[in-house]
Amino acid sequence: MCGIVGLFLKDKTLEPKLGAMLSEMLVSLSDRGPDSAGIAIYGSPSRNEAKITIQSAKPERDFRGLDAELAKAVGAPVSIAVKSTHAVVRTTPDKVDEAREALQSLRPDVRIMGAGEAVEIYKEVGLPEAVVDRFDLRKMTGTHGIGHTRMATESAVTTMGAHPFSTGADQCLVHNGSLSNHNNVRRELIREGMKFETENDTEVAAAYLSSQMAHGKNLGEALEGTLSDLDGFFTFVVGTKNGFGVVRDPIACKPAVMAETDQYVAFGSEYRALTKLPGIDNARVWEPEPATVYFWEH
Amino acid sequence: MPATSKATRESHARVFDLDVQSLRELNQALHKLAPGSNETAWEVLNPKGNHSVAVGVDQPVSIDVRGSVGYYCGGMNSGSAITVHGSAGPGVGENMMSGSITVKGDASQYAGATGKGGLLVIEGNASSRCGISMKGIDIVVHGNIGHMSAFMAQSGNLVVLGDAGDALGDSIYEARLFVRGKVDSLGADCIAKEMRPEHLELLQGLLDRAGVKDVKPSEFKRYGSARTLYNFNIDNADAY
Repeated sequence: MCGIVGLFLKDKTLEPKLGAMLSEMLVSLSDRGPDSAGIAIYGSPSRNEAKITIQSAKPERDFRGLDAELAKAVGAPVSIAVKSTHAVVRTTPDKVDEAREALQSLRPDVRIMGAGEAVEIYKEVGLPEAVVDRFDLRKMTGTHGIGHTRMATESAVTTMGAHPFSTGADQCLVHNGSLSNHNNVRRELIREGMKFETENDTEVAAAYLSSQMAHGKNLGEALEGTLSDLDGFFTFVVGTKNGFGVVRDPIACKPAVMAETDQYVAFGSEYRALTKLPGIDNARVWEPEPATVYFWEH
Repeated sequence: MPATSKATRESHARVFDLDVQSLRELNQALHKLAPGSNETAWEVLNPKGNHSVAVGVDQPVSIDVRGSVGYYCGGMNSGSAITVHGSAGPGVGENMMSGSITVKGDASQYAGATGKGGLLVIEGNASSRCGISMKGIDIVVHGNIGHMSAFMAQSGNLVVLGDAGDALGDSIYEARLFVRGKVDSLGADCIAKEMRPEHLELLQGLLDRAGVKDVKPSEFKRYGSARTLYNFNIDNADAY
């Protein structure tokens, strides 16, 4: 099964409520997947600052003093905001790659969830409610976000196997379904130089999109490519720094409902995820067509 | 989705508000109905996409659901008349035996799947796999239907006032498919067939029962089985 949600705000006055709205949507789909849950939220991007979301099984040991050690390693200011097992590292945009490398040598057990100017990613094993509470996600503000609750099929139930998967700056993806040619696609992407953290099929889809966009395609064109290059069942919801996209495979077994008003575009695996959104009774509600790319950009 | 209006509620209806009462309470109350019960009118408020609303009802009562429902609404229905004043999620009326279900909005995938009898009316559009493996149910869709509809349909009638998606009637047995608009493609062993007087008469009856006016049976084309895949023949291996 799995449950996926996405929310792209058009109305800026809703931005303070993004975390609360997206959390509510995800929690409503809890019985579509009890294994792990995650949310990616895009705050307002800043040109002077980049964020790296990191995770540790032993946060007290790994995060203590890390800001000073990282600052010394990259030669620029670094701050860290700890949230339970996750922390958001902030530094100057030109130091992101150095900071990632330094993290690997300073704290080899720390995992990188994602990085970029806007995105923060929080994911853990457990039900959506527990994950939302653990990271205080209801209080988060932002312009758009995606979320996932997982019923694992293709790889282990671990933090790293939870969605969203992020394989490029400010890019992430959630997936309902299973891919059958992910090993082949992964091999091709590794040959291109992409790095993988897991054996998971969804990570391959995320990396495929990152690779396509690195070759100059926009989100819509990259999503179009999944229809010919990825084999299997999928409904994907994708976030980029300023965009939000949806695509379903041609068979379209995996459910999907969308709603649009003047205030937002929303996606849910089921209509129940959308029932508490403002103005839903008068929203345009539709089921995205199979093999059809939908995307919105700010 | 239409908002709940007190004025439209039937005065004697037994009302279940799913914001207050549980889905299980509703379905258990419906299942407890004895033959001849006077509680013939039911109303369900705030369904909010819940699954399995009014499944397995086996008495001739009317049930008005005010809002949109999730999976399997009215599944296995036997004799009741259910109206969904909203849209329906996957599998509405799955395995319906008799009675009727009317969806005022759209229906998601596999509406009326494996239905053995009764009438399913979708006043909006139906998604993919509408009427998959239908076994005697009558389905009338005012709008369009998605791909792979009537896959392996065995008997019954599927009437579509709009268009049909790809692979209509793939591997069909004996169901009759009537489509007024265009068909993107026909599935294996499904062919266009002559509309004979008995079909026009049958179709008129179905349109009448579904409350469709201003549409003539002569505007439809009939599709059905070419009957070449009933028994396996090695020469047809490519068609499966």
